[in-house]
Amino acid sequence: MLFTSYCFIGFLIVLFLLYYKIPGKYQWGLLLIASYLFYAVAGAQFLIYIGVTTFSTWYAGLRIEKVKQQYTGYRKLHKAEMTKEEKKSHKQEEKKKQRIWLLLCLFFNFGILAVVKYTNFAISNINYFLNLAGRGPLNFLSLALPMGISFYTFQSMGYLIDVYRGTCEPERNLGKFALFVSFFPQLIQGPISRFADLSKTLWIPHAFDKKQVIFGIERILWGFFKKLVIADRIVAGVNTIIRDPDQYQGVYVLVGMLFYACELYADFTGGIDITIGVAQVLGIKIKENFELPYFSKSIKEYWRRWHITMGTWFTDYIFYPISVSMPMLRLSKCSRAKFGEAVGKRVPVYCATILVWFTTGIWHGASWNFIVWGLMNCLVIMVSQEMEPFYRWFHSKFSVKDRWLFRAFQVGRTILLMSALRMFDCYRDVPLTFRMFGNMLTGRNYSVLFQGGLMNIGLTAADYMVLSIGVVTMLVVSLVQRRGSVREALYAKSPAVQLGVVYLLLFSVLIFGAYGIGYDASQFIYNQF
Amino acid sequence: MEELLEILQEMHPDVDFELCDTLIDDKILDSFDIVELVSEISNTFDVRIPAEAIVPENFNSAETIYALIESLENED
Repeated sequence: MLFTSYCFIGFLIVLFLLYYKIPGKYQWGLLLIASYLFYAVAGAQFLIYIGVTTFSTWYAGLRIEKVKQQYTGYRKLHKAEMTKEEKKSHKQEEKKKQRIWLLLCLFFNFGILAVVKYTNFAISNINYFLNLAGRGPLNFLSLALPMGISFYTFQSMGYLIDVYRGTCEPERNLGKFALFVSFFPQLIQGPISRFADLSKTLWIPHAFDKKQVIFGIERILWGFFKKLVIADRIVAGVNTIIRDPDQYQGVYVLVGMLFYACELYADFTGGIDITIGVAQVLGIKIKENFELPYFSKSIKEYWRRWHITMGTWFTDYIFYPISVSMPMLRLSKCSRAKFGEAVGKRVPVYCATILVWFTTGIWHGASWNFIVWGLMNCLVIMVSQEMEPFYRWFHSKFSVKDRWLFRAFQVGRTILLMSALRMFDCYRDVPLTFRMFGNMLTGRNYSVLFQGGLMNIGLTAADYMVLSIGVVTMLVVSLVQRRGSVREALYAKSPAVQLGVVYLLLFSVLIFGAYGIGYDASQFIYNQF
Repeated sequence: MEELLEILQEMHPDVDFELCDTLIDDKILDSFDIVELVSEISNTFDVRIPAEAIVPENFNSAETIYALIESLENED
């Protein structure tokens, strides 16, 4: 059930009416039924996957807690007779037993994800080598990818690691935990919520709050505007360019790159706007996933502001555990002794960074394009880290840091860099992407832009008109957001103005949304991750 | 505390670590700095900061970082 389908809107209206009609204590139960219904529409056969992940994680969480209770109970009872050393080794034994449950569950669930998402990718790589050796290929498996599996697996495993670390209490109610895993607005493209955040708001009764409902509806409409008016319109131009690399070269590659950056932003942030808006209408608060990423002055900053919940997941559960682990600290110490301070202190950071970006790449999709995209991001981040002394020297010599022109240069540079890296999303394989990147820089066909070339990529003058207005609106809203909440500012205006803006947004979506005869709104790009 | 301040000062000479208590909230220390800091602390104080202790509350000021080091020293 696509967010942009009539079916979803009908589903939402019925849910909304029931949700505020029934007693508050039953609301979470209704949301659980709605979430499983939403999931079943995508394919009832996939319910088994989410069900297995939910049950195994819930059970492992309880087992981890039980080990903790047993061991702390024993220590309390024998506090007086235990020496400090005995207490320490007792705690270590407790952690070891908890770790067994954690690792079993992690292997099991990441194993499911690996099998359904990466088996055919592995087979295609094995076949490459079999072909080189003159042997026949292996058959591909027909495995359908359950909807949102990357998102709900990461969210569930984050919960389990938190329980293991003792930073959150395990949920005893299986139904409530099932809702945490399957909450429908965030099921298909995130955000990847933390249990400590979502559990505060997901199960408590919610009385009808007019302001929250209005804010939620405004956010949903804004999401529809970005998705239907901008992303789904510009996609025609992007697809025309990237699907025919022999014809669309040089400046067309640049146009495709910039258009795709725009499409991806409008598509993903629009989808998240709808997610957060739907939750808000139901009185539930979901963490923000974006913080105006295209205003970032560096790629590091960009990744702090784009898909925030995924970034913090990788930082907290992969980057830190690896970089501050005992083996890594030992390696760092050894490198310091052998190669000096400078190398030694970089070892843990860079080893963990490479692994994180490799994982980020493959999380996005089972293809070398995504892996290379992840590693290219890693390379840019490491190069910019190494250039820090130069930046410091530059700023000590030239006081341009706070000049708007320099900031604009930094923002423009980040946008171009990120857009260039995103070309790996577009072209069919890695060599072609590199070739098209080179082609973009060396192509000398800029004149086609002034000879109506932009009219040859599947977009009409009317499309460009709508897109220009849409992108400018998005930019203006983003600029206003830097100063504070747009909806709060709107809420302070008279009801007539508020209603006027809502109607304007609604009719913009209805009139300028990319529809047509037989039109079917395209999938959100992040659905496939 | 002196040693910790020295480590921090070397990483960011332009920050007043005795006064600042928003090192994470204001993004003065990023994830790379944190790992470097944990590694330096491990060398200097001979304590290991586990990943679960890397939360903003523990790293927002020199004082909270030092309190964390002390609590880990006492645990050992």
